Amino acid sequence: MVAGTIQLNSEGRLKHFLTIEGLDKQLLTEVLDRAGSFLSMSQHQVQKVPILRGKTIVNLFFENSTRTRTTFELAAKRLSADVVTMNIATSATSKGESLLDTIRNLEAMHVDMFVVRHAISGAAHFIAEHTAPNISVINAGDGQHAHPTQAMLDMFTIRQIKKDFSPLKVAIVGDILHSRVARSQIQALNTLGVDEVRVIAPKTLLPAYVEKLGVTAFHDMQQGLKDIDVIIMLRLQKERMNSALLPSESEYFRCFGLTEKKLLVAKPDVMVMHPGPINRGVEIESSVADGKHSVILQQVSNGIAVRMAIMAMAMQIQPSGGHTHE
Amino acid sequence: MSNIEIRGGRVIDPANQMDEICSVYLADGKILAVGEQPEGFVAEQVINAENLIVCPGFVDLSVRLREPGQSFKGTFASETKAAACAGVTSLCLPPDTKPSIDTPAVAELINDKSEKVHYEQIYPIGALTQRLAGTELSSMFALKEAGCIAVSNAQFPVANLAVLRRAMEYASSHDLLLMYRPNETSLSNNGCAHEGLFATHYGLPGIPEAAESIAVAQCLDLAELTGCRVHFSQISSKRAVIKIQQAKKYGLKVTADVAVHQLHICEDNIEPFNSAYHVLPPFRTDMDKKYLQEGLANGTIDVICSDHQPHDIDAKLGAFPETEPGIASLETLLPLTLSLTEKNNAISLIRAISFITTKPAQILGLKTGALTVGYPADICIFDPNLTWEVNHENWHSAGVNTPFWGKTFKGRVTHTLQTGRVIYALAPHTTY
Repeated sequence: MVAGTIQLNSEGRLKHFLTIEGLDKQLLTEVLDRAGSFLSMSQHQVQKVPILRGKTIVNLFFENSTRTRTTFELAAKRLSADVVTMNIATSATSKGESLLDTIRNLEAMHVDMFVVRHAISGAAHFIAEHTAPNISVINAGDGQHAHPTQAMLDMFTIRQIKKDFSPLKVAIVGDILHSRVARSQIQALNTLGVDEVRVIAPKTLLPAYVEKLGVTAFHDMQQGLKDIDVIIMLRLQKERMNSALLPSESEYFRCFGLTEKKLLVAKPDVMVMHPGPINRGVEIESSVADGKHSVILQQVSNGIAVRMAIMAMAMQIQPSGGHTHE
Repeated sequence: MSNIEIRGGRVIDPANQMDEICSVYLADGKILAVGEQPEGFVAEQVINAENLIVCPGFVDLSVRLREPGQSFKGTFASETKAAACAGVTSLCLPPDTKPSIDTPAVAELINDKSEKVHYEQIYPIGALTQRLAGTELSSMFALKEAGCIAVSNAQFPVANLAVLRRAMEYASSHDLLLMYRPNETSLSNNGCAHEGLFATHYGLPGIPEAAESIAVAQCLDLAELTGCRVHFSQISSKRAVIKIQQAKKYGLKVTADVAVHQLHICEDNIEPFNSAYHVLPPFRTDMDKKYLQEGLANGTIDVICSDHQPHDIDAKLGAFPETEPGIASLETLLPLTLSLTEKNNAISLIRAISFITTKPAQILGLKTGALTVGYPADICIFDPNLTWEVNHENWHSAGVNTPFWGKTFKGRVTHTLQTGRVIYALAPHTTY
């Protein structure tokens, strides 16, 4: 069972970006390298490149998001594409229009790319399977399945600081069960060849057979964070308290919240990440979120470059700026 | 009805432990003789069954015809045609029609519709509770009078165990069989896949095995308490098999069936996000599949059913969790059942046939599923070596929602006779 096959074209190049699954180390590294080239541009004040001029990108957000939507918009604009954002959570589908009808209508407006966020796992795959062949689909998060651009920006940030993936021990802490980010991160970390991926959470927030995803599971921060190089904290949704998954925020913070004290068992140069938005005092202490180990804001800036790279690659744009023969 | 001779086939009749090459003679819609030609018998029609297998017509414990209420998914006309092509001569219609089969009027409507399509043996299953809501008892006696062969709450829960207990007591007062789909909904919690590696990997809401096995355990205890005859429908898990096995050993009169696709597909085979694999109960692990196969071999599971659920295209067009569960499975019942004999030496051909003929007929108390003299001439003739592809040309159900679409199967029905009438012939020239 491999879900990634439809995202590559016949030459093995990226056509859609739906999941990390099925993508090899070389391709993931290419994404990181391309993102690096865009980042150095922005550092040199080159805000805009013309490589997607004349292309139309539609951000289809069936689920609310501020950060992801904004970085996708900025990424598209910096590639000189025309970009439209639709918050469908509050428009068409609430009038009973089916997902496919929404897509068909937008296709008729000559769109080149859909960036899709949806609350249901598999929605981006479904759209990629059914949309016109000339349209690329980027998954901006589907249900609890995947959030591959977030995972890639996290990988980018890790590489920026740690340079080499192979010796790293990485811990992902929090609600793994409901997290599309965690699923994509685990796949990316293992593909890029880190030494070890750990997940740390109470059993109520871990999916069945989680270790078969290629991780070691811990239920205790002391043990799980020992000698760790990278800590990725996940956002805890408040509604987990109402569904008998956790007793209270305070008990969660006591056991799994990241504090300076708990950081002591990690490597001295440990980096602390969080996909945002942060619940201060629930999953992370403010002094850690704002402290010297935190790279949380760096992650956000990197998000634009990584999304530019993925959009350019899915549109078959080579680093030189020319089109491939597709 | 004419006199028919089915000539020279390999006659396999599990009820009479028969497996030999001979002829079957039919008169007045009944089985007149098997083997020796009766004196004075003159065949008006001869069906040449050389190199074919002749066995009782199949009895399917769960077939959705989608009428009344959902004729955009299938109709009595389309689905009884599919049943005839599948060799099925008797079928049970679960009560989750729209409206549900909770009044005699709906049961009678079904009988009328079945007459109109000239497919005789459709047995409605009455609703156990009104509107299948799981709160008030249905008028089971009236339903039985109107032709309901058993009662069931289909896939809907009876959340309150006191209601289930009373319903079972009441059903058994009228000697009605309860067909029970075990599903503890507080645990299955709107899941769409087995809570295993597949669901974990793809972030799909999972249904733990315990959702089924706990419901089995509860119902077994209530069966003992109430004396109600219980048949477990479409079990899918190892623990359910173990619990039923223990109950049988202990002496409880319970039976069970499995949907045929559960014996062939497990979560490892699911094509990611392909809604054709969205079915309830969900495809579980390879281990569960092996226990289901072993359960058949050792007699824990009595029956294989199709659990046929045709859908319209739109029902399956969407992101996996949003699509409707169910597989159109009548027409793959025979080849999938036959292939068990190849995969599993513990199941002989005659036993495999018994799972879809004699056994379900016995559970329902029907005079069919056997080639016993005097029984209705419900007969399936099939070619065990004929290969065919699942495609539009060979498919009759209105629902094309099957994970086997495009696959090639071995074993195909050539003739189906219902009470002595040929209701399907693959190649009409073979009758003369």
